[in-house]
Amino acid sequence: MSAATKTNEGLYDCRDAFSKTLEALAEADDRVVAVVNDSVGSSKLGGFKKRWPERLVNVGIAEQNMVGVGAGLANGGRIPFVSCASCFLTGRALEQVKADVAYSNTNVKLCGQSPGIGYGELGPTHHSIEDLAWLRPLANLVTIVPSDPWETEQAIRFAAAYEGPVFIRVSRYPVPALEHKIDRIEPGKAEVMREGTDVAILANGVMLHKALRAAEVLAEGGVSARVVNMAWMNPLDIEAIVDAAGTGAVVTVEEASVRGGLGGAVAETLALRRPVPMELVGFPGFVPTGTVDFLFDHFGLTAAGIAAAARKAISRKE
Amino acid sequence: MSLSTASAPVSGADRIDMVRAKALNIRRSAFTMVHEAQLGHPGGDFSAADILATLYFGVMRYDPNEPRHPDRDRFIMSKGHCTGAFYSVLAQAGFFPEAQLKTYMQPLSKLNGHPNRNYLPGIETNTGPLGHGLPVAVGIAIAGKLTAKDYRTFVLTGDGELQEGSNWEAAMAAGHRKLNRLTVIVDRNRLQQGDRTEATNSLDPLDDKWRAFGFHVEMIDGHDHAALLDVLGADPESRDKPLCVIANTIKGKGVSFMEDNVSWHHGVPTDEQFAQAMKELI
Ligand SMILES: Cc1ncc(C[n+]2csc(CCOP(=O)(O)OP(=O)(O)O)c2C)c(N)n1
Ligand SMILES: [Mg+2]
Repeated sequence: MSAATKTNEGLYDCRDAFSKTLEALAEADDRVVAVVNDSVGSSKLGGFKKRWPERLVNVGIAEQNMVGVGAGLANGGRIPFVSCASCFLTGRALEQVKADVAYSNTNVKLCGQSPGIGYGELGPTHHSIEDLAWLRPLANLVTIVPSDPWETEQAIRFAAAYEGPVFIRVSRYPVPALEHKIDRIEPGKAEVMREGTDVAILANGVMLHKALRAAEVLAEGGVSARVVNMAWMNPLDIEAIVDAAGTGAVVTVEEASVRGGLGGAVAETLALRRPVPMELVGFPGFVPTGTVDFLFDHFGLTAAGIAAAARKAISRKE
Repeated sequence: MSLSTASAPVSGADRIDMVRAKALNIRRSAFTMVHEAQLGHPGGDFSAADILATLYFGVMRYDPNEPRHPDRDRFIMSKGHCTGAFYSVLAQAGFFPEAQLKTYMQPLSKLNGHPNRNYLPGIETNTGPLGHGLPVAVGIAIAGKLTAKDYRTFVLTGDGELQEGSNWEAAMAAGHRKLNRLTVIVDRNRLQQGDRTEATNSLDPLDDKWRAFGFHVEMIDGHDHAALLDVLGADPESRDKPLCVIANTIKGKGVSFMEDNVSWHHGVPTDEQFAQAMKELI
């Protein structure tokens, strides 16, 4: 938890873990550079800029150029962390991400800041609930959706050490530090956070702690729920998904569209390997105006909503 | 039915006074909204207020009761983050009740942080991601030529926004097609989100850039109502090129402690700062 900064009530903004880890990496390795789009503040890279002004490349409000420049910096032997609001990084620059990063298989680290509905009232243009669906088919692009500051730090450290393209979601929505039973993340490995036999809840990002709370709610009603951390979208832990279906019912939970993201990945896997009743918790499409918490409540991305989805999946068992 | 400029019967000096009064109202209204929501982009609201007031109360033809009238002049707020000012001018122009401004960014409000054309009349296209307005405006202007309409198309961009390449793709197309009824207004406040434009990714010489892309360029004081009325009101048939108005402005214009201060890009006021600002905005 070294890199974490506490916000109120033991909750953490994962951007702090991101920027502190990046500074630590930059101190140890002068190949590490940051590339931004007028997003120094929103990426919390003010400290990085102060210490290494020449290693922070601010291309201005120009995301397509930003990702291309990142690929060029990798070509020149740098390790670029391209940091930008996830909506613009993955939406505006999608073809650069595809061609210059994933297809070219370049050593670029894409850091999607404030993903999901992190921008709340600013609305769907600034939300990034489509990013997982857009990026999931891109071969080569390792994709990680960390759930808390420790996992964010781990993902950033992994990305720096790994030779190849990586996308990491960096959340701003305040989350608790979770209890992990592993002491380092392992590529493509799902982490069972809680054992259970009646239903499996597969979640990632800022929804993981809500899934854990849902499991407690379910336990009070005598339902045993397994909770699996699906931080790795690519590579995907196929065996963990198939194993989860052994409970007979599966729920996916993500701060993303229900189309094409984690829910889609799990549904594809189970349709081929082990079909069981499934419920997908996430956003149905463009959301109305509201604070982040209002929108989570409105669409049932809450412990109660997840528990209800779990009961529904269980009720559909043969 | 015929369309008219809101202020059509008003003559020269009176019109300037009217635009000035409307601009002041926009600033007061926008800052009230930002203060209540504790969210928004007041610096850019204030730099754009005089431009918006001039367009809606001195230049554009529209009918708020028939917001999709095919002959209306079109306005696109490409710097879509400045909804405090944009919603305020739309309400003042009669597109929706001013009382609705109180719901700014509240849950389920139609006044989303960035404008949504499916929520409110008077919005041509959804903006928020920078660099989207001009391409859409170019399409509207081409449609105007195809249908032999005489409407004008206006688009307001930020200056930092011009770092987006999409603007220059659209500018090239507009120049190539000699879209003389298209007007781009650049809110040249020299600040973007985190720094000065020239310290981030410099734009100067900005007038030469637009000229090179086939535009007629006018550089004016973007807070001078007479100059704005003059340049924006000029007959577009007098030129055979699209027009770019580089409006030199001050971010935060009108409130001493906000002017030319980057922290007010999305800074929001305390109660004391709000009271102080309201004293200055008279
Ligand atoms: C494509 C895109 N990238 C980044 C942003 C985030 N952003 C919002 S406003 C802003 C600065 C805009 O500066 P400028 O265009 O100069 O506007 P103004 O000074 O008038 O507020 C940025 C970077 C965005 N809205 N869209
Ligand atoms: Mg500006």
